[in-house]
Amino acid sequence: MITFSNLIYRLPGGVAQGLIWGIMALGIYITFRVLNVSDLTVDGSFTTGGAVTIMCILAGVNPILALLISFIVGILTGIATGLIHTKLKIPAILAGILVQFGLYSINLHIMNMSANVSANPDRFNLLISMRNVPNAILIGIIISIVHIIVLYWYFGTEQGSAIRATGNNSNMALAQGINIGNMKVIGFGIGNGIVALAGGLMGQYQGFADINMGRGAIVIGLAAIIIGEVVINFIFKKGCSFYTRLTSVIIGGIIYYAAMVIILWLRIDSNDLKLFTAIIVTIFLAIPNLKVKKGGK
Amino acid sequence: MLKIDNISKTFNPGTINQKVALSNLSLQLEEGDFVTVIGSNGAGKSTMLNAISGSWFVDEGKIFVDDIDVTLMSEYQRARYIGRVFQDPLMGTAADMWIEENLALASRRGKSRGLRVGISRKEREIYYEKLKALNLGLEERLTTKVGLLSGGQRQALTLLMATIQKPKLLLLDEHTAALDPSTAKKVLDLTDQLVNENNLTTLMITHNMQDAIDHGNRLIMMNDGIIILDVRGEEKASLTKEYLIKKFNELSNGTLDNDALLLSK
Ligand SMILES: Nc1ncnc2c1ncn2[C@@H]1O[C@H](COP(=O)(O)OP(=O)(O)OP(=O)(O)O)[C@@H](O)[C@H]1O
Ligand SMILES: [Mg+2]
Repeated sequence: MITFSNLIYRLPGGVAQGLIWGIMALGIYITFRVLNVSDLTVDGSFTTGGAVTIMCILAGVNPILALLISFIVGILTGIATGLIHTKLKIPAILAGILVQFGLYSINLHIMNMSANVSANPDRFNLLISMRNVPNAILIGIIISIVHIIVLYWYFGTEQGSAIRATGNNSNMALAQGINIGNMKVIGFGIGNGIVALAGGLMGQYQGFADINMGRGAIVIGLAAIIIGEVVINFIFKKGCSFYTRLTSVIIGGIIYYAAMVIILWLRIDSNDLKLFTAIIVTIFLAIPNLKVKKGGK
Repeated sequence: MLKIDNISKTFNPGTINQKVALSNLSLQLEEGDFVTVIGSNGAGKSTMLNAISGSWFVDEGKIFVDDIDVTLMSEYQRARYIGRVFQDPLMGTAADMWIEENLALASRRGKSRGLRVGISRKEREIYYEKLKALNLGLEERLTTKVGLLSGGQRQALTLLMATIQKPKLLLLDEHTAALDPSTAKKVLDLTDQLVNENNLTTLMITHNMQDAIDHGNRLIMMNDGIIILDVRGEEKASLTKEYLIKKFNELSNGTLDNDALLLSK
């Protein structure tokens, strides 16, 4: 029923999931905005993270440790894409698609060849769960903050700066003796590590991992990044710090998912959601390009 | 300091676009040599510099920098020894990063980059002083994004970046060609200043013959992938444009008219 109280009832859950998508979007931010490449591995590595986390939990592993294991496995998927791109000279987008494609089988193997594995929160110790939304929001915020602080620190180090230079102007990076191939591999690795960790959080939140849970993750991540940038450009006319930028990605994830909850509440057919998202992301990705054209160049 | 030993490079071999860009070229530079390079379009000047900096591997021959064989080193590895400034002011700096961040990246040229902090406070003071010496007011804008600077300011910054950690070899490929004449002069003066201060071994390509005559202690002229003239010392100091044009027509069998060589004048 379309009642306001119904919406209020559903929104907190939307915020919790939005936080998780926002964390995932931080991983995509590293490849999309810092390295300046589109990495399509994420649809696969998100699922990998969910699968690894749930299987670990079923095996009795501590849920935080399970997330860390997912993070590391996610890094490996990113490294695979990075190596295919840099060593075999295959375009980044294609390298990502190939790894994502192959991960489907690997994810099935991780889940013992079943398309869906669940960890009942009554029987297993989970870090977050949709059964306790306030707690999920709290944990989501804490994990977001940890990510933002660590990423801020990392991209201020010598290595992090070298990765930024590689994404900004690879010619300059080369001339400064930066091994741009390695920097890309590291960037892909960290990005997918974070995406997989977010997949693990999602798995715990919903209590199961599904072979298709990562489908469209790249688009949701881009939506979060772009919404965050729109918010930033609206509030800070004169640019802002890297902290703010990273925070905006999380906020973008929350806004995106809250919008989805509202759309569902309005009884719009959920099958049309993907089309809506695709159109909105296309428009926002196009805006900067169209502005440049108008300016005469 | 630099020894190029019989290098050759053919682009697109075996195709209809086959182009011999360098043929058995040899060149030796002593420490502190400042060599200007002239030649018509397509003579192979940039190709020679790219061969040294490692954009690709040469087909034949060897390249040594300070007795180190760099022939098979990748581009980023050679950067440890080589500072570069390009014709396009956009190419040498990271536009979305701050001035001080660009300088910090350049200060670590060829060093391993770990998890230490990207810029220390002490470095900032050094950058402030070095930028002040450029006289462009950039020292007050350490945290300005490089993309906001003018072409001349960016070239000056790129020059500083190329020399801030003394390179064994400085390669300049028409680094003033994209600038207006007065800015070009400033950047050239700055080039002299930095080269002299640090006693840098330098190769500078230019299309401006007067600049080629006025700067450096040695001049080479290229045509069709080989060096056709090499003058140094006293003889170089007494060169004139007219003489160079005459010489060029003689040595290249007069295949090109004066304008082709002069181009910028
Ligand atoms: N990467 C490349 N692929 C194919 N051909 C190339 C490449 N680089 C240079 N060439 C060709 O090699 C020849 C020499 O080019 P080069 O750029 O060295 O000339 P240049 O002396 O620097 O000329 P200019 O004064 O116009 O800069 C030209 O015919 C050019 O078309
Ligand atoms: Mg050239």
